[in-house]
Amino acid sequence: MTEIVVISRLVPDLVEELEIASNGTALDRAWLRLIINEFDNHAIEQAILIKEKVGANVTIISPEAEGVEDMLFTTAAKGADKLIKITGVGDEKPTNLSLAETLAEIIKEINPDLILNGVQAHDDITGDLAPQLADLLGMPYVGYISGVELGDGKVTAFKEYPGGVLAEMEITLPAVLGIQASEEPPRYVAISKVRQMMSTASIDELPAGDLKIDGDAPIDRMYLPEAAERAEMLEGSEEEVAEKLTSLLQDLGLL
Amino acid sequence: MTQDIYLLIEHIQGQVSDISYILAAAAKELAAKENASVVGILFGSGAENLKDTLALDKVIYCDHDSLAEFTSDAYKRTLTALLGEYSPRALFFGNTTLGADVSSSIATHMKFPIINSCIKISDSGGIISQICGGKIMVDSKLADGTTLVTMNPGGYKPEEGQGSPGETITFNAPDLEGLKVKLTQFIEPDAGDVDIGQEKVLVAIGRGIQTEDNIELADELAALLGGTVCASRPVIDQGWLPTSRLVGRSGKSVKPDLYLSLGISGATEHIEAITDSKTIIAINSDPDAPIFDIAQYGIEVDLFDLIDPLLEQLGSAKD
Amino acid sequence: MAVNVIPQQQPFTAEFKESLLKIPEGDRILSCLQCACCSGACPFGFAMDFPPGRMIAWMRAGILDEMLKSDSIWMCVSCYACTEVCPKDIPITLALMTRAKEEALLAGNVPAELQSALEFSQQYSNPLGESSRKRAAWAEELDFEVPIVRKEKRPFDVLWFVGDYASYHPRVKEITKAFAKLLHKLGIDFCILGPDEHSDGDSQRLAGERGLFEMLAEKNAKMLSRCEFNEIITTDPHAYNALKNEYPQLGFEFPVRHYTEFLVDNLEKISSLLKENGKPKVAYHDPCYLGRVNKIYDAPRQLIEAIPGIELIEMDHNKTTSLCCGGGGGGMWLDGFRWEKAESRLSEWRVKEAAAVKADILAVACPYEPPRFEDATKAIAGAENIVVKDIIELLVDAMDI
Repeated sequence: MTEIVVISRLVPDLVEELEIASNGTALDRAWLRLIINEFDNHAIEQAILIKEKVGANVTIISPEAEGVEDMLFTTAAKGADKLIKITGVGDEKPTNLSLAETLAEIIKEINPDLILNGVQAHDDITGDLAPQLADLLGMPYVGYISGVELGDGKVTAFKEYPGGVLAEMEITLPAVLGIQASEEPPRYVAISKVRQMMSTASIDELPAGDLKIDGDAPIDRMYLPEAAERAEMLEGSEEEVAEKLTSLLQDLGLL
Repeated sequence: MTQDIYLLIEHIQGQVSDISYILAAAAKELAAKENASVVGILFGSGAENLKDTLALDKVIYCDHDSLAEFTSDAYKRTLTALLGEYSPRALFFGNTTLGADVSSSIATHMKFPIINSCIKISDSGGIISQICGGKIMVDSKLADGTTLVTMNPGGYKPEEGQGSPGETITFNAPDLEGLKVKLTQFIEPDAGDVDIGQEKVLVAIGRGIQTEDNIELADELAALLGGTVCASRPVIDQGWLPTSRLVGRSGKSVKPDLYLSLGISGATEHIEAITDSKTIIAINSDPDAPIFDIAQYGIEVDLFDLIDPLLEQLGSAKD
Repeated sequence: MAVNVIPQQQPFTAEFKESLLKIPEGDRILSCLQCACCSGACPFGFAMDFPPGRMIAWMRAGILDEMLKSDSIWMCVSCYACTEVCPKDIPITLALMTRAKEEALLAGNVPAELQSALEFSQQYSNPLGESSRKRAAWAEELDFEVPIVRKEKRPFDVLWFVGDYASYHPRVKEITKAFAKLLHKLGIDFCILGPDEHSDGDSQRLAGERGLFEMLAEKNAKMLSRCEFNEIITTDPHAYNALKNEYPQLGFEFPVRHYTEFLVDNLEKISSLLKENGKPKVAYHDPCYLGRVNKIYDAPRQLIEAIPGIELIEMDHNKTTSLCCGGGGGGMWLDGFRWEKAESRLSEWRVKEAAAVKADILAVACPYEPPRFEDATKAIAGAENIVVKDIIELLVDAMDI
């Protein structure tokens, strides 16, 4: 049975306003709302698609954060087999290297064929997670993947290049893939199913190792960008704006 | 011994990527502050000439069949060997499908610190990064020893990195047997009817278009303006338009005279690909949409409220 | 003699039928006459693979499993037209159509637009994907303070449940502000939940997400139980329906009235403030969830007729036969889907009726309606000059506030 591990993280929800913590070098996490990293959501979907196609045992691993249980139960409702929460993570975002070290220890016990993770997370500043994990595990890493076909001891992955070009890569297993897009858009799962999982599925808890907050190239300052030169806004009713826009296009010689 | 500023030159199917020039421009600025040289790292097979238009003081070139096209395993092994011999002050990678495949794993492997998403070098020779969809800025300093940096476009124009390189030093490839990653083939997208990279007028649609059917409205608008419809990622993922219409990091970079966006918020991967547009006009109902930071003109409105009066006005103006 | 072979009940069909019988009065489905009044009254019946009558027929024939392959269940606007005309009083919308949508959703058969609205409802407590923290931002645009429960920490007379579109949609916010001004002018001791208010979830429930509805109801009930008030009033018929008819089934009972009922109680005082504001012909549109579902037809009309100068007229379809604006049953998030299938819009059908009776103003009392009808007036010849106003706006426009 193919063993797949997906690492899924929650990231700051950009719909909400972001505030800087009083230390000036991190986000104020008390004020943050978290949402699943979109690329990790695609990684989960890709794992489930593989399971549906050729059969697999899918394990989801997530570091503890507000709302992580809901996220894990949702993956169970989609078809994930095992749920692991890493505890002792604390309030501040750890470096990806120290998180990768904790993940590597857990994953060595599982001994998977394939590890999937979202190709990037928008709040990462200390490198990307998946390639660091790959290095610690001695596995190959390929990112920007939008299609995965499992083979015998290897995987064929389609890597996105600019201009809509795809590179077909053949990668020996076990391997780590950074998912850009799953083959189908992430499915919807009814909340009643998720709630069902809350009573039938269970989340294993494993403690984190030593997590560091500061990398070796520490952050001097985190801040909100100055309101840069913003667009000149066209105001008014819809008719007025349509008129203004039409004039503008005429002035620009585009009509 | 002075430690120099290095960068990994990216090339795909014989073409040097724009990001390489951007890295060169950034490296040049940092090198000036560090009193150092700019060193380009070039791997390839018969590809030495690819360095010729880059502003570099030195090039370290490694030639090997297995390095003809980028693959993460071959590049990682070769870079690891190279970094065993050379000690950069900083090593720049593009935050791209190539650079991101190796930058972080090399950082871990060589135990070098890494800083993501740099867009500019600061006045004091530090790294200015932009994260969280452009909403957060981070200033970092290079650590002692070697620091790796991944770069996004936006802070430098490729022209700033153009020039001619100085001397080339040959580097012998390490053992590249038993590579775990092989490139079997490139799959070109269907040519489609248009090459949006050449279009002068683009009407871009995003998640805000809501349904496949509404794309008709964008088509009408594009027709009135003599242009073509293109799209950001969510529209392509739904399968409503072919990949040939994708504008973004994994799609095309465009440089039209007019880029009119409807319901696109402005994710980093999308913005990167439109900064060369002459005029950007953004229509979005969210006043905080990042696209308004790079557009010249903006309209805060629900595109469905504006589209009909707009089509009417444009229709009469043309008559 | 021909022997009729009764087919074996397919697994889905059998389970589906069982589940319907468990719903209050759901067993009336067994007495269906197959008269097809429901399918005929359904505004989108023509575009459905399984209009209600046919769904019952196939269920009886044991072959309803076919329905899982069709996505036309999403054409149902949950308007209760079918329920209204059924001679056997079968609760068609509630029992049959909503259950069918639940099954479609469980099978992963969800149009993308609807998926987003449901995911937003879960993440942000509103289907528009707006920050839940900014739910009461509209109140900052007024020149008096709107009391928010979490700040005030005292008992109130009236808790005003505002609703999603009323809190965030630019057009509907105007009505919300007008209502706040009206309550302020009348000296009503009111408060709102503000950021502690979650979507009432009723439309999400009707779109097949029972679990999401229950989750939102639990959150609202928790917030409501933390404050003291005499009654809840709401400007949203869907929230009204949820609070009045659905929440009690979950154990959450609160006295609730729609704003029209509440204002009629205060009619004397309101009348004394009303001045003539022109002599328009006003056609009142009965919202599905105020009229047909909750039988409130007169209070809104009383309010309109209290305004001096207004001539209240009726459209061809009114009261029990009122035509749905198309926003219900998840309709606010299925417009593209429905347009592709039916190539007609219910809101345009309704606006044609308003134009036919030469209405100057189309009066509404539900937050879904103003944006939908205003779009329609731009699309229908002869309707360009029809103004769409909530009754609240008609009242406030006729006062000095």
